[in-house]
Amino acid sequence: MSDSLLLVAMVVVPAVGAAVVAGLPKHRTATARQLALGVSLVVLVLAVLATVAFDPDGDRFQLTTSVPWIPGFGVDFALGVDGIALVMLLLVGVLVPVVVLASWEDTAPPNRSMRTFFAWLLLLEACMVGVFAATDVFLFYVFFEAMLVPMYFIVGSFGGPRRQYAAVKFFLYSLVGGLVMLAAVIGLYVVSEAAGEGTFAFESLRQLDIDPGVQRLLFLGFFVAFAIKAPLVPLHTWLPDAGAEAPVGGAVLLVGVLDKVGTFGFLRYCLPLFPEASREFAPLVLVLAVAGVLYAALLAMGQTDMKRLVSYTSIAHFGFIALGVFAFTTEAGTGAVLYMVNHGIATGLLFLVVGMLIARGGSRLVGDYGGVASRAPKLAGVFLVAGLASLALPGTNSFVSEFLVLIGSFPTRPVFTVLATVGIILAALYVLLLYQRTMHGPPRGVLFPAGDAADDAADGAAGGAAPHGATAPPAGAGHGATAAPAGGGHGAHGATATLTAPAPARSGGASRMYDLTRRETLVVAPLVALVLVLGVYPQPLIRLIEPAVAATMSDVGAGSAPSEGTD
Amino acid sequence: MDTVAASGLLSSSWLVIALPLLGAAVLLLGGRRTDRWGHLLGTATVVAAFVLALLCTVQLAGLDERVVDVDLFTFVSAGSLDVEAGLLVDPLSATFMLLITGVGALIHVYSIGYMAHDPRRRRFFAYLNLFVAAMLLLVLGDNYVALYVGWEGVGLASYLLIAFWHDRPAAATAAKKAFVMNRVGDVGLAIAIFVMFAQLGTVSYEGVFGGVGALAGGTLTALGLLLLLGACGKSGQVPLQAWLPDAMEGPTPVSALIHAATMVTAGVYLIARSAPIYDLTPTARAVVLAVGAVTLLYGAIVGCAYDDIKKVLAYSTVSQIGYMFLAVGLGPVGYAAAIAHLLTHGFFKAGLFLGAGSVMHAMGDQVDMRRFGGLARKLPVTFVTFGLGYLALIGFPFLSGYWTKDAIIEAALDRGDWAGWLLGGVAVLGAGLTAFYMTRLMIMTFLGRPRWTEGQHPHESPSVMTAPMVLLAIGSVAAGFLLVVVAPLGDWLEPVFGVPEEAEHVVAPAVVGVVVTAVMALGVLAAWLFVGRREVPEVAPVRVSPVTRAARRSLYADAVNEAVFMRPGQWLTRALVWVDNRGVDGAVNGLAATLGGSSSRLGRAQTGFVRSYALGMLGGAVVVAGALLAVTAG
Repeated sequence: MSDSLLLVAMVVVPAVGAAVVAGLPKHRTATARQLALGVSLVVLVLAVLATVAFDPDGDRFQLTTSVPWIPGFGVDFALGVDGIALVMLLLVGVLVPVVVLASWEDTAPPNRSMRTFFAWLLLLEACMVGVFAATDVFLFYVFFEAMLVPMYFIVGSFGGPRRQYAAVKFFLYSLVGGLVMLAAVIGLYVVSEAAGEGTFAFESLRQLDIDPGVQRLLFLGFFVAFAIKAPLVPLHTWLPDAGAEAPVGGAVLLVGVLDKVGTFGFLRYCLPLFPEASREFAPLVLVLAVAGVLYAALLAMGQTDMKRLVSYTSIAHFGFIALGVFAFTTEAGTGAVLYMVNHGIATGLLFLVVGMLIARGGSRLVGDYGGVASRAPKLAGVFLVAGLASLALPGTNSFVSEFLVLIGSFPTRPVFTVLATVGIILAALYVLLLYQRTMHGPPRGVLFPAGDAADDAADGAAGGAAPHGATAPPAGAGHGATAAPAGGGHGAHGATATLTAPAPARSGGASRMYDLTRRETLVVAPLVALVLVLGVYPQPLIRLIEPAVAATMSDVGAGSAPSEGTD
Repeated sequence: MDTVAASGLLSSSWLVIALPLLGAAVLLLGGRRTDRWGHLLGTATVVAAFVLALLCTVQLAGLDERVVDVDLFTFVSAGSLDVEAGLLVDPLSATFMLLITGVGALIHVYSIGYMAHDPRRRRFFAYLNLFVAAMLLLVLGDNYVALYVGWEGVGLASYLLIAFWHDRPAAATAAKKAFVMNRVGDVGLAIAIFVMFAQLGTVSYEGVFGGVGALAGGTLTALGLLLLLGACGKSGQVPLQAWLPDAMEGPTPVSALIHAATMVTAGVYLIARSAPIYDLTPTARAVVLAVGAVTLLYGAIVGCAYDDIKKVLAYSTVSQIGYMFLAVGLGPVGYAAAIAHLLTHGFFKAGLFLGAGSVMHAMGDQVDMRRFGGLARKLPVTFVTFGLGYLALIGFPFLSGYWTKDAIIEAALDRGDWAGWLLGGVAVLGAGLTAFYMTRLMIMTFLGRPRWTEGQHPHESPSVMTAPMVLLAIGSVAAGFLLVVVAPLGDWLEPVFGVPEEAEHVVAPAVVGVVVTAVMALGVLAAWLFVGRREVPEVAPVRVSPVTRAARRSLYADAVNEAVFMRPGQWLTRALVWVDNRGVDGAVNGLAATLGGSSSRLGRAQTGFVRSYALGMLGGAVVVAGALLAVTAG
């Protein structure tokens, strides 16, 4: 079976690539990034091949491999994918080359080398593939923990000024979750041994009939780890720090993929292994999910740091995903998985384009920017596409998933769904406030030094808006239902501009404003294309996801929505 | 609802949507290369769409069953949810298709002249194309999800076009306000769709309308009210009206096409399309009536107080759509009247806005009517076309507005109860107010002594702009007669709304006509007495009655929004940010500190130290794991 080697190759190729890149001489940055790009593209091709080989109507797990690893404890090196894991592998395959290309011109902080960065990146890719493809619970745990290490170094070595604080916080949160989960993993083994043969194989564990009391404990063990990773309110406070301090490429993978391991874990482990406990705890999880949707959206509006803002929007989005998972219908679950993919694409794009802005201005603060659209229409356009995908506008990929989650959750959980639906107003607010403050208005801020901005305003009046620009009325005094609070407060912070490490040292009197470069266009183009294509024709992905979700929901004793609603 | 599969030209009716969408894509992706001919391509796609729409409608009219379904592809299918991308071509959607592409094409042509000197003209046409495509999807979709996609799509186009001159903070703020207030309505529409799926297992028109009969009364009322919330947002009806006047920050052709003729009437379409639901819920219909009546008075009152020519027209739009809501709220007797008024309003209001644009073009973008005056002789074509639109709007006998507005008033009176008299009275009063504010506008703009700012030399617009104005003026004159008398719209729409019972007239139509005309004449006279007899001050008088003061501030609608939503929202956000930073994060950090020693260690952590600490923890975890395994295995 050559197919079965695909998944092994997807783990081994980036791992070996990481070792090779790490072994390069320190100054060979160019070779390192070319190699990293090549390797990540190979993984993408492998992911596509795996998708071609996968039969949505076939067995639950396909492309399987299993070799005994620690026979004494029934641990196997077992890989395999269902539709859910498969689409996550596709997401990993797409995002890593994009991240490599996005980090192409980044410069490392003193005493660090970009070679190391790319090596960690490839190692991270290997771990991410492993965590989604593992069908042995212990192997999953190993990848789950191992994944922390490269991400820890990506944040801690290559991040912003508070990178060490952020990295440690990230690490400790994750580690606490991991240890709790470890106890539960071992507990599972004990239970399986009591029931016959001790094993970590997912499919065997799924068949177990676990005592409800034990289920409750084991569920909580897994749940806490996943709720930290996802993260759900109130376990979320590590993410804004990590998301803000991580280099942009790292942030994309952190929020785009790593955090999805949490919601993936809910679906793969919590629901099928502990169905009774899942049903019992569902109301609690839904409270946290919907609280997150509203709370994080309000917080996003109040952020002054763009990367923190995007991180908070993600916490709100994870609330939607958790709602979809714990509503226990096939429609909502399918929507949740699709949401995981779409959020990776949309928020990845948003992080990337925010990073491009930061690379120009050297500040992460919203208040340091203004009127960018006048000078960089392409960048502003991509920013808008990313923002619209974030607020789930129909026509973008995110709409389909958010809609599926909500319409699928409504029949079983109408109250929670209605509350979450209110979140779409807040989403419009945080996206459009950010867009208005940074992209609209007259050019100002760090990208338009005082003299230059004046020139620019003159340009705008003469060329930009003539003949209709002449009598622009005064700023809508009191009209805007949500007029932006004046930027004065942010300006004060702006003086202490928080430089991110990779910001190129372009300074001097001349304007630092330029539109998307050729490389940047290449970085965003695939994601923009996916946002639009998956917004119009999502069915091929849904086709992959739905049978796996339906199987999961039948594990937990639920089905598709209307049968519940009308029977 | 019986449908037949599409054949012939109708099976390619999707091209009507695809053409402008393609135009938008080419113009946005093609970049500067398309600058030279982009506006021509943009116009051509909409003209072609209009021709195709016309041919489709002709074919539809020739069919026995004038309801045709066009299947395209599976959009979303998961579990028991099945959303097919499909189009429904029936008399209602065909009517809208013609309105959107017809008026759309005229406004594209006009914009060639209006935007000629704007360096970003190509982008303008791209957004206009995008709007037309989304609006067509809204009316042509054969299910509520397709409608929703178009619904938010037009919202996006509206956002982009209001903010077209985005370096003006007022334009940027107005665009955001429009989008967000629309989203409030969208929540209602979305939840309505969720209810349909939960109760009926489908979101297609066919499935929903086939199943509503079995639903409980409460559910039906909820559906009706949720859909109404969506309709209020899109159509600028009370309480979600405040965005529409601000939307006048956009270029004037946008105000004509989106914020007068088409997009803002989508709410009327939604309610008319959902007639099988509203027919079963008198409660929801009563709320629709109330919204319509309140809004038509509100818009008319506020419209009397503004000096900005576009804002007066915007409040007039709010008020006129109030008439349409009132009509659809009346149920089967009102649907055709609502759609007829929507069509005639599309002609005369688009024409009025284009005329206003022509005036602004001549006056260096001045919008303050106190600085106009005496423009009739300088802008003869604009004056005549605008004047015809004005007469049609105020319901001058035998012009368009006369027929379609009277039909609504008659239908209201025909209810025969106290509510009928009340609604009819409100509508008649609104007609008088309409005559007042529009006459005031005419006098201040075209008549009297010039009050222009210095150095202005008004000149008539080029023919690329005046030609569409002339065509719309012809529509303003004749459309009402055609749609009410010659070929009653109700007959054409019969496959959608059925044949309404022949109502007993409470008041003879001739009497209604005379009374409404008399009230209109009073309004005109009042305007002449207040504005026409004396000099118009160049600066608005400050010492005015409390009513005028309130009307100038839109009856405090923005003040209420600010006090109730915006300020508390900002306060809440600030408070939560503080709580999250100090409270939630602090609690977790504090807990970690208690458990793990000193929290300051976390803050001051040194790289080398952290690395060993981290790896140590991982190592420890592995050891713990191994030990536990050994214990359990042993």
